[in-house]
Amino acid sequence: MPWTRNIQSGENVSESAVEGASRPHVAAVAVVLLALIWALWLPGAPSEKHLSIYSTVANYSLPLVQREGRDYVGLLELFEPLGKVSAKSDSQRWRLRYNNVEADFQSGKTHAQVQGRDADLGGKFLLENGRGLVPVGSLGTLMPRVLGGPVTVHEESARVFIGSVATHFTASLTGDPPRLVLHFTAPVNPSVANEPGALRMTFAHEPLVAPASPTLTFGSKTIPSAIYSESNGMAILTVNASIPVMAAFGNDGRTITVSPAATPANATPNPATQNIPPGTTPAAATPPQPTQAAPATPAAASAGRRYFAIVDASHGGDDHGETLSTTLLEKDVTVALARSLRQELESRGITTLVLRDSDANLSVDQRAVFANADRAAIYIALHAASSGHGVRVYTSLLPIGDNDRGPFRSWSTAQHSSLQLSQSTASLVAGEIQKRQIPVRDLAAPLRPLNDVIGPAIAVEVAPQGSDVSQLTAPDYQQLVTSAVATAIAAARDQLGGAP
Amino acid sequence: MIPRHLKIGMVVLLLAALGLGVYAWQIRKTVTATAVVPTDTRPLAPPPTGPTERVVLFVAHDEDGTLRPESAQIPMPSGRQQRAEELLRALLSIYLDKSSPHVLGAGSEIRSVFLVDPGIAVIDLNAAFANTHRSGVLVEDLTVASLIHTISANTPGILKVQILVDGNERETLAGHADLSSYYDVSAVNQLAVQLQPGQ
Repeated sequence: MPWTRNIQSGENVSESAVEGASRPHVAAVAVVLLALIWALWLPGAPSEKHLSIYSTVANYSLPLVQREGRDYVGLLELFEPLGKVSAKSDSQRWRLRYNNVEADFQSGKTHAQVQGRDADLGGKFLLENGRGLVPVGSLGTLMPRVLGGPVTVHEESARVFIGSVATHFTASLTGDPPRLVLHFTAPVNPSVANEPGALRMTFAHEPLVAPASPTLTFGSKTIPSAIYSESNGMAILTVNASIPVMAAFGNDGRTITVSPAATPANATPNPATQNIPPGTTPAAATPPQPTQAAPATPAAASAGRRYFAIVDASHGGDDHGETLSTTLLEKDVTVALARSLRQELESRGITTLVLRDSDANLSVDQRAVFANADRAAIYIALHAASSGHGVRVYTSLLPIGDNDRGPFRSWSTAQHSSLQLSQSTASLVAGEIQKRQIPVRDLAAPLRPLNDVIGPAIAVEVAPQGSDVSQLTAPDYQQLVTSAVATAIAAARDQLGGAP
Repeated sequence: MIPRHLKIGMVVLLLAALGLGVYAWQIRKTVTATAVVPTDTRPLAPPPTGPTERVVLFVAHDEDGTLRPESAQIPMPSGRQQRAEELLRALLSIYLDKSSPHVLGAGSEIRSVFLVDPGIAVIDLNAAFANTHRSGVLVEDLTVASLIHTISANTPGILKVQILVDGNERETLAGHADLSSYYDVSAVNQLAVQLQPGQ
């Protein structure tokens, strides 16, 4: 080899010396190669466990470590993105300071002191090289005390929701060929993967939460069901399909339409889903696209309608509604009423969706979109008030609007075609409430989203029978009202044109 | 024995503390004086003069959630638009009275009423009207029905009404009544019938 010859002839260097000089180079190359292999191999390795944290401040993910057969997380890195945090380690003792809250931990102990109060960790606190570790199961107790607010922990799936940050969704099947339309309360951008017989959407960064039932069935051979699951800090929605399907994003990432891959959505436009952007592309490479939302048409809504009552707890999140007393907000009473009404309706065999079952922000437009997309047989908005006595049942006081264009109906007067049915349903509800000796009135009101809902829609405003506002929180009074509403809806089932 | 410079220092500090105390007391007095008038309740327009006229105002009553016609003798200017404004101001004076059957917040005022052909009336409320309005479907429903039914019943030719707040569109009056669209006067008239006592 010329390289060997040169050394041997020109520089009088022994062979052993050459070998010695080349060894560091070989070692360096080997290290680099090993590092490369390691780096390339890592992503393919079994994914490590993660904890996802969702809050109004930040959404982030932390690695979990396995200790004593349980998942542990570092406390300092857990609180760091949420506020000012520091820690002091003193042999077996570890002190955490988050804003003005102090927590005291001892290595190997199963209890901690948060602001001087005892907190059960459900497992040992571990101190490793100055790093404080707690079991994931302890976060449900620990985090609310440190943060001073509600925290929901899904321990099995390692997901933590701080405050009211959850994203909800509804799913409905429309058109022929069938298309599954998913509406989300906040924009989402999942990774989408096609698998044999299914399309899997993985929500790694979104605080998506389960619908009322984790398995959604649609009664279609093409798209029979969708299954919601959670694991390793992620939410997964698997849409089962008998033929290849693809996903398309719309409405600023708030809508995902799953449709057969062979028949692009724009080939057979369906007025019921006009908020889906024209033109869909295969799922894996479809970014969210802004679109103009429009209500469904009556013709589309009546096609394949199934009986479905949507109960809407009005207000929520930043919108408190009326401040009923110093400690009672309308938004909280409406949620309690909605849950009670759902129970009453379902006990009468009426499938019911509660639109807001937490302290979430939902605009009136979003509420109407949900009601229209689900082709609800009846939409019931619930309100509470301190003034007046008893219950008021409202139907829409429609504004002036003559902007209908062909099959497209004006958003602000979408209720027009169903107003008569809404009024007759409201009369039935009022009659049933009257039977229970509760003062009741049947009125029109300029109350959104009643006028944006295409199907029958009513609002029920509950006030105390006397002057005691606390009656609004009394379960027996709530049940008296909701059972009357449910009885009337059940009686109007045939009139509303659906079957459970 | 306390050194002289320390004594001087103590005296200076005492004087400074006294001075600051007097200054703080003066500031407190000023703040209290300025906080006496939270809102400007002065009328936006001078009271009208001229012959009085009998009109019908549709007054909301919270106790039974009704809208009742009440006749009133009020001075009415000759201009159609000014007449509409005076009607609503007369209605508002009932609501702002101590014995109001439908209490509105202090400082509530009708800024102006615009009559635009064909048949459109625009009622411009001030911010205090909406910001201090009580929240609730019925209580807001009564206010809207009272304003629109009063103006349409006394001003022939009005077919639709829009309600603005401080010259701007607003989503709701106080969280419930929709202010984002024009009101159909015939629909509000039907609502007024529903809100009559005994209905």
